[in-house]
Amino acid sequence: MATAAISQRRLFARPTSTTGWKSWLFTVDHKKIGILYGATAFIFFILGGLEAVAMRTQLARPDQTLFGSAEQTADLYNQFMTMHGVTMIFLVVMPMGVALFNFFVPLMIGARDVAFPRLNALSYWIFAFGGIFLYSSFFLGGAPDGGWFGYAPLSTTQASNGMSYYSVGLQILGVASLLGAINFIVTILNMRAPGMTMMRMPVFIWMTLVVSFLLLFAMPVIAVALFQLMFDRLFDTNFFNPAAGGDPVLWQHLFWLFGHPEVYILILPAMGIVSEIIPVFSRKPLFGYAAIVFAGAAIGFMGWGVWAHHMFAVGLGPVANSAFAISTMFIAVPTGVKIFNWLGTMWGGDIRFKTPMLFAIGFVMMFIIGGLSGVTHSIVPHDAQQTDTYYIVAHFHYVLFGGALFGIMAGLYYWWPKVFGHMLSEKLGKLHFWLWFIGFNVTFAPFHIVGLQGMPRRIYTYPKGMGWDVWNLVETIGAFIIVSSVLVFIANIIVSSRKREEAVDDPWDARTLEWSIPSPPPEYNFAEVPVVTHRDDWWHRKYVESPEGFPVPVLAGGSKGEENLGDGHGIHLPSPSFFPLVVAAGLPVMGYGVIYFNPLVLGLGALITMMGVFGWIFEPGAADEH
Amino acid sequence: MSTEAHAVAPAHDEHQTSTGLDNVKMAMWAFLGSECLFFGSLISTYLLYRNRFGSGPAPHEIYDIPYTSVSSFVLLMSSLTMVLALNAQQRGILRAARVWLLATAFLGMTFIGGQIYEFTTFYHEGLALSKSPFGSAFFVLTGFHGAHVTVGILMLLSLVGMSLAGRLPQSDSRKVELIGLYWHFVDIVWIVIFTVVYLIPTNN
Amino acid sequence: MGAFALAASACSSNVGPQDYMSPEGPVSRRADQLWDITFMLAAIIFVIVEGLIVFALIKFRHKPGRQAAQFHGNTKLEVVLTLVPALILAGLAIPTVKAIADLSQKPNNALEVKVVGHQFWWEYEYSDLDVITANEMHVPINQPVYLTLEGVDVIHSFWIPKLTGKQDVVPGRVNHMWFTAEKPGEYWGQCTEYCGLSHANMRLRVIAMAPDDFQTWISEQQQPASSPSDSLALQGEKVFMEGPCINCHAVEGSDAAARIGPDLTHFASRGTFAGAIFDNNAETLTTWLDDPPAVKPGSKMPDYDLSQEDIQALVAYLQSLE
Repeated sequence: MATAAISQRRLFARPTSTTGWKSWLFTVDHKKIGILYGATAFIFFILGGLEAVAMRTQLARPDQTLFGSAEQTADLYNQFMTMHGVTMIFLVVMPMGVALFNFFVPLMIGARDVAFPRLNALSYWIFAFGGIFLYSSFFLGGAPDGGWFGYAPLSTTQASNGMSYYSVGLQILGVASLLGAINFIVTILNMRAPGMTMMRMPVFIWMTLVVSFLLLFAMPVIAVALFQLMFDRLFDTNFFNPAAGGDPVLWQHLFWLFGHPEVYILILPAMGIVSEIIPVFSRKPLFGYAAIVFAGAAIGFMGWGVWAHHMFAVGLGPVANSAFAISTMFIAVPTGVKIFNWLGTMWGGDIRFKTPMLFAIGFVMMFIIGGLSGVTHSIVPHDAQQTDTYYIVAHFHYVLFGGALFGIMAGLYYWWPKVFGHMLSEKLGKLHFWLWFIGFNVTFAPFHIVGLQGMPRRIYTYPKGMGWDVWNLVETIGAFIIVSSVLVFIANIIVSSRKREEAVDDPWDARTLEWSIPSPPPEYNFAEVPVVTHRDDWWHRKYVESPEGFPVPVLAGGSKGEENLGDGHGIHLPSPSFFPLVVAAGLPVMGYGVIYFNPLVLGLGALITMMGVFGWIFEPGAADEH
Repeated sequence: MSTEAHAVAPAHDEHQTSTGLDNVKMAMWAFLGSECLFFGSLISTYLLYRNRFGSGPAPHEIYDIPYTSVSSFVLLMSSLTMVLALNAQQRGILRAARVWLLATAFLGMTFIGGQIYEFTTFYHEGLALSKSPFGSAFFVLTGFHGAHVTVGILMLLSLVGMSLAGRLPQSDSRKVELIGLYWHFVDIVWIVIFTVVYLIPTNN
Repeated sequence: MGAFALAASACSSNVGPQDYMSPEGPVSRRADQLWDITFMLAAIIFVIVEGLIVFALIKFRHKPGRQAAQFHGNTKLEVVLTLVPALILAGLAIPTVKAIADLSQKPNNALEVKVVGHQFWWEYEYSDLDVITANEMHVPINQPVYLTLEGVDVIHSFWIPKLTGKQDVVPGRVNHMWFTAEKPGEYWGQCTEYCGLSHANMRLRVIAMAPDDFQTWISEQQQPASSPSDSLALQGEKVFMEGPCINCHAVEGSDAAARIGPDLTHFASRGTFAGAIFDNNAETLTTWLDDPPAVKPGSKMPDYDLSQEDIQALVAYLQSLE
C-alpha cells in the first residue's frame, strides 16, 4: 500500500519551478495567470486592431477593392468584420477584465489566492486555446464571415467552415468564462479577509461579482444557441431553417438574451476600475458608495429585460416594442447615477492628473456620449432609422472603446507598478492618452454623422455621391492616430521596463489593500492576513480625518504595512500543476474533430481531456509535503 | 493511508470561509444555477417548436406516456438511492454506501437504456433529428439531458471505484454529497422535461 | 466632441440621398420629430454634465495646499439625481409609445405591394395590378403604400431613409410597413441587414410619380414583352430562350417563366439593374454579362463564359424589352 502510494506520487508529481517558462505553463498563481490573461488579450487586441485598420482602409474612399478582386475584397472584409467583433469582445475586453480580476480580486479582498487555483489556470488555457482555435480558421479555408452576431439563416448557410469555427470556438471560450465566473463568485463570497464585509468591499470587487453572475447566467443561453447553430450546420437540424418551419428569430432572441447582459459584462469591470481610480486621484472617498454598488447590481438585473431593443426592426409588434423601449429608457437611470457619483467624487477634491486619472476621466466623458446616444435608440420609430447604420456603430464604440477600453487602459496604468514593480513613464503615458483620446474621437465621432446620413453597417464598399466620402476618410485617418497611440503604449512598456524606475509599495497614495503589500507582491500576497475595519481600509490606516473633514496623516509608522512583516515562511500555497494545460489542450482538438466530422480527431481530443481530468483528480495536494 | 487522504483533500480547503459555506459546494450550486438557464433555453426552444412537426410524426402520435412514466419513475427512485448512499457514507458504512451508489448508477443506466430504446423507436416511426423543428428540439433537449445523466453515471462509478480503492473515507463524504447534488438536479430537470414535453398536450 | 458631431450633422447642408435627418414623408417625419425632442434633451444633458465635469477638473485640480474634503455622499442630492432622469425618460416614453402605436396602424386606401428580399436584389409584386418588377419600386405620390415583406433565403431589411425606417424581411415570417411619398422623385435605399457577400450591393430605389404617370407606368408594365425587331436583338432572344437564362428569369409573353431571378419583361424600362448598383446601359450590361460575380461578389448569376457575340446579342435583346 505504501509503495503504491509512493509510485502514485511519483507518477503524479507536481511541477515545482517558480521561475522560467515552466513556471508560467504550469502556474496556478492567480497573479501569473492574470499576467498571462493580460498578455494574451493584448496580442488579440493587436490582431483585432489590424482587422479594424484593414476595414477602415478599405472604406477610406468609395468604390475601393483593396484586398484583390471585388469578390476577394468582399469576402475578406466580411471575415475581418466578423472577427474584429468576435476578437474585441471575446478575446480582448472580456479577458482584459478577467486579467485584472485575477490579479487584483485576491489582493483587494485580502486573500492568498482564488478559491480554485487549478480551475483558474484551466480557464486561462481554455481561453488561450479557444482564441487560437478561432484564429486558425484564417488558414483553414476562411474565418467566420456571418457577423459576430451570427444571424441565422445566413450563419447556417454560409459555405465556408468559418461559422462552424464560430459556433465551436465560442463554445470553448464560453466554458472558460463559465469556470472563471464560478471561481470569482466563490472567491469573493468566501475568501474575504476577516472584517471585509460585503459593504466594505472595493467597488471593483462588487462589479466583478455582478459580472460573474451575469456570465454565470448568460453563458448557458448562448451555449444553447451555439449548439443549435452548430447542429443546424453539421447535422441538418431545423432550428433556424425556415423552409422546414424553423424560426430564424429564435436565434436572435437567444443571442440577445445573452448579448445584452454581455454588454454589461464588458462595461461593468471598467466602471469598477474607474470607481477605484477617481477617489485615489481626487484624494476623496467615493461619493455615494452604496448608490454605485446598487446601481451596478440594478444594471445587472435590468440588463436581462432589454434584449429585444436589438430587434426593433424584426417585427415583434407594437406591444413588445413599446415594452422594450420603456425598459431600455430606464436602464439609463442607474447608469446616470454612476456618472453623477463619479462627478460627486471629484467635486471638492484635490485632483491629480496622472495618466490613470486621465484615462478614467476620458472614460466618464466618452461614456456619457455613448450613454446618451443609447437613449436615442429607445425611441423605436427613429431607431428604425438608426438601426444597422453607422450611428449604432458610433454608439457602441463610444461604450466599448470610449467606455470599456478607456477603463481598462486606466486600470493598466494604475496597477502596472503593482504588477511589475516598476512605474510606467508618465510622459509617454500622457502622450498615449492624448493620441488615444483624439484618435478615438476623430475616428468614431464621424460615425454618428455618416450614420445619420444613411450609411449602413457591414458594407464593404459604398458608391460616390452619398455624402459619406469626406467623413470616411477622416475616420480612417483617426484609426491611424489610434494605431500611433498603441505604438506609444508599446514603447512605454518597453522603455519603462528597461529604465525600470522601481515602484514603491503605494506609489499613488491609494486606498485599497493591494497597495499595503510590496510591488510586485510576493507569491503568498499577504504575510499576515489583514484584518479589515473600514471601507478603504488601507487609507484609514494612513489617514485620520481632521475635525474640518480633511485628511491628516497618521504619525509615521502607525499601523502601516504590517502585512509586509515576515518572510512568508510556512505559508501553504497550492503547487503548480500540469493538468489544466492538458485538459484545455483537448478541447480545440475535439473542436476540429467536430467541424471536420473526424471521429478519430474527436476521440483523440476527448482522450487528452479525459487523461487531464484523471490526472487532475489524482494529483497530490502539493509537491513538497514531507 | 494518511498520505492518500491528504492527496485528495487539498489543505487550503480547511480554512474557514467568509460565509461559512463550503467553497466546493458553493461552486456546485453556482454551476447548477447556470445549468438552469441552459435547460431553460432548451425547453423554451422545445415549447416554441412542439407544434411545428411538418409532415412528420406529431408529438401525440409517437409519445408512449406509460412507457416514459415508468422510466421517469426509475430515475426518481435513483434520487432515493442517492440519498441512502450519502447517508451511509456520512455514517461511515462504506460498503452500504458503495451498494447504494451502484444502485443509483444502475437506475440511471436503466433510464438511459430506456431513452435509447425510445429514440430508436421514434426514429423508426419517422422522427429524425432533421425531420422537423419538433424533431430537432425534442432530440436535442432530451439528448442533452441524457448526456447529463451519463456524466452523472460516470461520476457515480468513479466514486465506487475510489471507495473500493480505499480512497473515499468517511471524512471525504463531501464528494458524495456534491455528486448527489448534481444527480438530484438532473432528476428535477427531468421532472420538468417530462411534464413539459410529454404531459402537456399539443395541438392536433 | 460627439455632440459637436451630432450638431454638425443635424444642420449639415451636405444632404445625401439616404440622409434621414431630412425626412420627406409622414412616417419618417414622425420619427424625426421624436428624434428632435430626444436629441435636444440629450444635448442639454450633455452640455450640463460634461460642463460640470470640466468645471470640477479645473476648479479642483491639485494646487499646493489644497485639501480634499472627505465627504461620502449626499442622500438628498442622490435621490434627486435619480428621480430627475427617471422623470425625463418617463416624459420621453409617452410620445414614443404613442408613435409606435400610430405607425403600426394599417393606412386606409393604400397601394399594396409585396416585397421579397433575395440575395442580392429586391422583387416587387403589385398583386392587385398584376405587375412584377425588381429593385425600382414605382409608387404614386400622396397615397400610402402598404408593403408586405417576405424573405426566401436569409434575413434582409428594407429601408428608404427619406420615407420610412427599416423593417426586416425574415424568411418564414410576414412583416408589414408603410410609407407615403409627397413629392415626385427618386428615393434611395438599401438592404440593411447583413445578408452575405454582396450586402453592400443590395440597393433599391423608390420612384414616386404623379398619380396619372403612375397609371401610365402600370398599364405599360401590364403589357407582355414586345417582340424584338432588329436582327441582333432577335439573335439575342434566341440565345436567351435556348441558353441557361430561362432557368431563372421570366419574360412575360415568351417561354421564359422562371421566378428565381428578376422578372425581365420590362427590363429596359428600368434605370438600374443588379440590385440597383449599375446604370442600365449597353456598357454596364456587357461587363455584367461577361462575368457577373466579378462585378457583384456572390451574385447568384454565375459566369456562363458567354462569347462576346452572344453578349452583344443579349444586350440588344434586353434593351428591346421596354
